Amino acid sequence: MGNQNPLAYDYTVAKLFLFTTVLFGIIGMTVGVLIAFQMAFPELNYLFGEYATFSRLRPIHTNGVAFGFTVSGIFASWYYVGQRVLKVSMAESKFLMTVGKLHFAVYVLTILLAVVTLFMGITTSKEYSELEWPLDLLVVVFWVLWGVSIFGLIGIRRERTLYISIWYYIAAFLAVAMLFLFNNMAVPTAIVSGHGDWFHSVSWYAGTNDALVQWWFGHNAVAFVFTTPIVAMIYYFLPKESGQAVYSYKLSLLSFWGLMFVYLWAGGHHLIYSTVPDWMQTMGSVFSVVLILPSWGSAINMLLTMKGEWQQLQTNPLIKFMVLGSTFYMLSTLEGPIQAIKSVNALAHFTDWIPGHVHDGTLGWVGFMVIAAMYHMTPRLFKKELYSKSLMETQFWLQTTGIVLYFSSMWIAGITQGMMWRATDEFGNLSYSFIDTVVVLHPYYTIRAIGGLLYLVGIFIWAYNLYKTIKVGRDLSDKEINVNASPMSAN
Amino acid sequence: MDLGQIQAYAYFFFTAFLVIVLYAYIFHLYRAQKKGTRDYEKYGNLALDDEVSTKPLEKIEESEETPKK
Ligand code: HEM
Repeated sequence: MGNQNPLAYDYTVAKLFLFTTVLFGIIGMTVGVLIAFQMAFPELNYLFGEYATFSRLRPIHTNGVAFGFTVSGIFASWYYVGQRVLKVSMAESKFLMTVGKLHFAVYVLTILLAVVTLFMGITTSKEYSELEWPLDLLVVVFWVLWGVSIFGLIGIRRERTLYISIWYYIAAFLAVAMLFLFNNMAVPTAIVSGHGDWFHSVSWYAGTNDALVQWWFGHNAVAFVFTTPIVAMIYYFLPKESGQAVYSYKLSLLSFWGLMFVYLWAGGHHLIYSTVPDWMQTMGSVFSVVLILPSWGSAINMLLTMKGEWQQLQTNPLIKFMVLGSTFYMLSTLEGPIQAIKSVNALAHFTDWIPGHVHDGTLGWVGFMVIAAMYHMTPRLFKKELYSKSLMETQFWLQTTGIVLYFSSMWIAGITQGMMWRATDEFGNLSYSFIDTVVVLHPYYTIRAIGGLLYLVGIFIWAYNLYKTIKVGRDLSDKEINVNASPMSAN
Repeated sequence: MDLGQIQAYAYFFFTAFLVIVLYAYIFHLYRAQKKGTRDYEKYGNLALDDEVSTKPLEKIEESEETPKK
């Protein structure tokens, strides 16, 4: 160390990832709103030739929001929370500082290349694993760098005990590493056989095996990208913002192990009534129902953390985001197990009820938590007061309305669709043709797109508010920053 | 016994085993707290008291510390 200045946390890398969180949030969700309108108004597919068709844009949306927006948010929060709960500054280690910056550089390069290649139509066609092998290798590089950063920081910590959030970050790191490697195993065709483009590959797996590995990966990507690290965030940011220690630390440990064991077996629920062995489907269903327990364990722990302090829900918009976030987490982890029951899945699978479920989780839980975390961090990162509390309130209500429009329309659309597909007349003939369902669903698709648009407007308000905070926010002294509730200007 | 039956038994006992482990863990957590061997709840404060200048809850001794650059 050997410097005269008192030791302070170094947020250089956290700031970098904060910017990409906002940037990829805007890109990913703008594309999302566009494809939602395309579903309602198909003419919108022909805006920019092949580049703006639904099939090109959908992977850009999913990759953009999952691996751009969410993963950036996770990294930003790690480079903030990690230092604080371990009580060690990144300024204390040149090595970790370099690793952090390199981590960011490789990450941004990968995501930008991902956007370009997906626009060009270069894809493995595996859902949520669309990137071709050269990009997969880059993903491995930045993921390993993240691991070095996690374990490096732990190695030089002052605080002996690892706070529960750290456990969740570690779990996310390890599990995604394993899932990603196995699901992306592929043979580059040009190298092996001399056929195809140099970047082209085929999966190691085929047929039913491919489906099994794919959904073992896919479901656990939900677990270890959209759940575990987000739980890590809420375990830090909600107690800190509200000034209330987590309601039960023991419950947090218990839910942690519960989540780890149960999640890994539930992926079969994506393949119900498919060609995978029946016992696997049953196992997927059973474990999905059991999964309610550890999921609600965390969520209830969060709500109880607010015990006796519920007035903060009225006064602090960040508490609003986080409390509603954990409520949406409860909703989607109840809805998921219901959809995993075989007879329900027979109706729900392939319908719009599935994206309804997805967006309860992603917009309500993941999105709100990332938004709140970045709001909480910004005053500390830049020593500025948050620019506008009233804009935060506006954003909150716009986005909440957006989510409600989104999931309610998709519930109705999905169940209507499922019922129409299976309806038969007295002779066993199908009562409806496919186009009949499309006509009925059109209004709901429009409502969904409007809901998404409201959420996107909220994202722009968020970006504007953060930008203004950094540019013109009131300067804060250290004393004003070292508080629980984030300093924000009332206007 | 055919393979399916063995699988079914193995599955049942494995599940029962996991349930026992889970309850044993809950029991362990609460007993340790009650007997005072370990106060888990104090770790909740790690999120609240997280300034670099304040005293760690359980400091790593200097001798254990890895040398810093
Ligand atoms: C207890 C927890 C959960 C269970 C048991 C569960 C169960 C399910 C089921 C049964 C499906 C539909 C499979 C199908 O028929 O196509 C599904 C889809 C999905 N869920 Fe969940 N879910 C849970 C929580 C969540 C959460 C919290 C999120 C997001 C934050 C989420 C994101 C997704 C996604 C992205 C899909 C769509 C996969 C696809 O592309 O087909 N789930 N889930």
